[in-house]
Amino acid sequence: MSKNFGPLHPKAQEESADRLAATSLGPEDQKRLYHFMTLTRRVEARLSNLYRQGKVVGGLYSGHGQEATSVGSAYALGPDDFMGPIIRNLGSMLVRGVQPREVMTQYMARGTSPTGGKDGNTHFGDLERGLVAPISMLGALIPVMAGVALAGRMEGKDWVALTYIGDGGTSTGDFHEGMNFAAVENLPLVVIAENNGYAYSTPTRKQMRCRDIVSKAVGYGIAGEIVDGNDVLAVYEATRRAVERGRQGGGPTLIESKTFRMKGHAEHDDAGYVPEELFEEWAAKDPIARFEKHLLSTELASQEELDGIAAEIEKSLDAEVDFALESPFPPAERALEGVFA
Amino acid sequence: MSAAAGGEGAVTYLAAIRRAMWDAMESDERVFMIGEDIGTYGGAFRVTQGFLERFGEERVIDTPISESAIVGAAIGAAMMGRRPVVEMQFIDFIACAFNQIVNFAAPNHYRWGPAVPMVVRGPCGGNVHGSAFHSQNPEGFFHRAPGLKIVAPATVADAYGLMRSAIDDLNPVLFFEHKYLYRRVKAELPENPAPVDIGKARIAREGKDLSVITYGAMLHVALEAAEILSGDGIELEVLDLRTLKPLDDEAILATVRKTNRVLVLNEEPRTGSLAGEVAARIAESAFEWLDGPVQRLTCLDTPVPYSPPMEAFYLPNVEKLVAQVRQLSSY
Repeated sequence: MSKNFGPLHPKAQEESADRLAATSLGPEDQKRLYHFMTLTRRVEARLSNLYRQGKVVGGLYSGHGQEATSVGSAYALGPDDFMGPIIRNLGSMLVRGVQPREVMTQYMARGTSPTGGKDGNTHFGDLERGLVAPISMLGALIPVMAGVALAGRMEGKDWVALTYIGDGGTSTGDFHEGMNFAAVENLPLVVIAENNGYAYSTPTRKQMRCRDIVSKAVGYGIAGEIVDGNDVLAVYEATRRAVERGRQGGGPTLIESKTFRMKGHAEHDDAGYVPEELFEEWAAKDPIARFEKHLLSTELASQEELDGIAAEIEKSLDAEVDFALESPFPPAERALEGVFA
Repeated sequence: MSAAAGGEGAVTYLAAIRRAMWDAMESDERVFMIGEDIGTYGGAFRVTQGFLERFGEERVIDTPISESAIVGAAIGAAMMGRRPVVEMQFIDFIACAFNQIVNFAAPNHYRWGPAVPMVVRGPCGGNVHGSAFHSQNPEGFFHRAPGLKIVAPATVADAYGLMRSAIDDLNPVLFFEHKYLYRRVKAELPENPAPVDIGKARIAREGKDLSVITYGAMLHVALEAAEILSGDGIELEVLDLRTLKPLDDEAILATVRKTNRVLVLNEEPRTGSLAGEVAARIAESAFEWLDGPVQRLTCLDTPVPYSPPMEAFYLPNVEKLVAQVRQLSSY
């Protein structure tokens, strides 16, 4: 079944079956990674409930199954770095300091949301927290984040810009234009291409003829790496290497994360076009379950401790959901404000 | 183009744009130039000649042929506090960056806060036999995008003053410079030329009988026609819009209420052109002042043709304007 998308290199696949990559991260950091992956999944579960209750305005886009890629990559950034997440990178945003209530009020279009109801879902950012908001036109963020990296160089700062693209988004002109521009300018840009098997209903084999997205890095003359996207430690380590490369003047890096989208494109999409065997195959590689197993087998955490993390998250989310539900919609006339800066 | 005459210390429209960017670069280190062939070569029209030598390659960036990447990178840098000025080698190529401009830059501040203080400039317009892809006036594609500003200078003073204001503006500004005017329009610039406010039209010629509302190269067509018509006893008032977005409604309505007849002249294909928007605003807000229909004189609804007689047939000109004004005056 895995002919639909590029498989991992055999060696990586073999390793990923039971154990996770070696890491420089200590126990506390690893528990933080667990916290953020669990938080991501639980926030999305709450949103899914709210969607079914008709509280979410518009669509709901899930990163279920891809938490390790979002969390592991974002965790490798320094405080002064910038990140441009796309729709399935809720985990990246949470690592960057976004609060669950911001996400919930956004999805519910409340006046208390980060955009005051002017935009929805995860379409918001905050430059103070190094977050650039995405637009729905995929690929567009890559040149923009190259510009963020360019500005850093002009200001004599060593910040790195990181952004994401799906397998589908790599078919856009902007992906190519942005990668090429960043390459010739040798900008500290890290692009994580999340190869999650499907772009809406379109399998990766209909997006591109090459097996691996990372082979495109050769064309730009930049560093490229494939990583097991369901191994949070592997994603962290690969991103850390790329961030360091960029910071030290080594230019852009394209990281291909092999992962899988465990839901439809959006909540309304039942993903009937995905063979059931693929879901089963990837469920066995669930990034959170794998990491939990790793934490327990290495005795970095006890089951009790992990259960405690999850329980604390659930308790905090009750309050976050209540806050969002109690927040009013914005006054209609506010739609007129802020067209010009 | 009689308005093109200039004195001894006169500079060209092109030189005024160049000087405005130069002065901005000198006075604000955040300002930088980015585009194709703008560095070593000095730009296809030599607008940025000498910039690389003076300001270095960090502030005068030669790029790959990637309009969307150029504008995207400018957006990213602008959000981070830099002041990019993007050159489109020919403004026609701006279509390749349409998404970055209308979907990223224009609504960015509205959506989530950060300003995008960016200028996208380039040579527009016909009458130079550049055919379909080197002669367009693309304002119609952009003037409905909330969050954008659009300016189109017609004179040396405006070329300088609007460029300074565009660079200082916190919003994305499209700067349509007319290539027919580059070396034909000349005037003196004072030692410290004034910036020109974005959003303010200017009465280029006072008159009482009929208003022509226009901008860019067509301003000079209108002024020439006004001379001819004056001989017939028809005194045209010519309003130079200067800023196409946001439009100066007050100035537009004031001239219509004064002369009671109006013709909108511009260099775009007729359908969907800015002339239609101006006409609609007049019809909505000054209907009872009108002694005749609001008329338009625009290009034809065809791509820009190449061969000189066909291009002349396509473009508005003095003869067409004079004839249409005479006809409209008879209402």
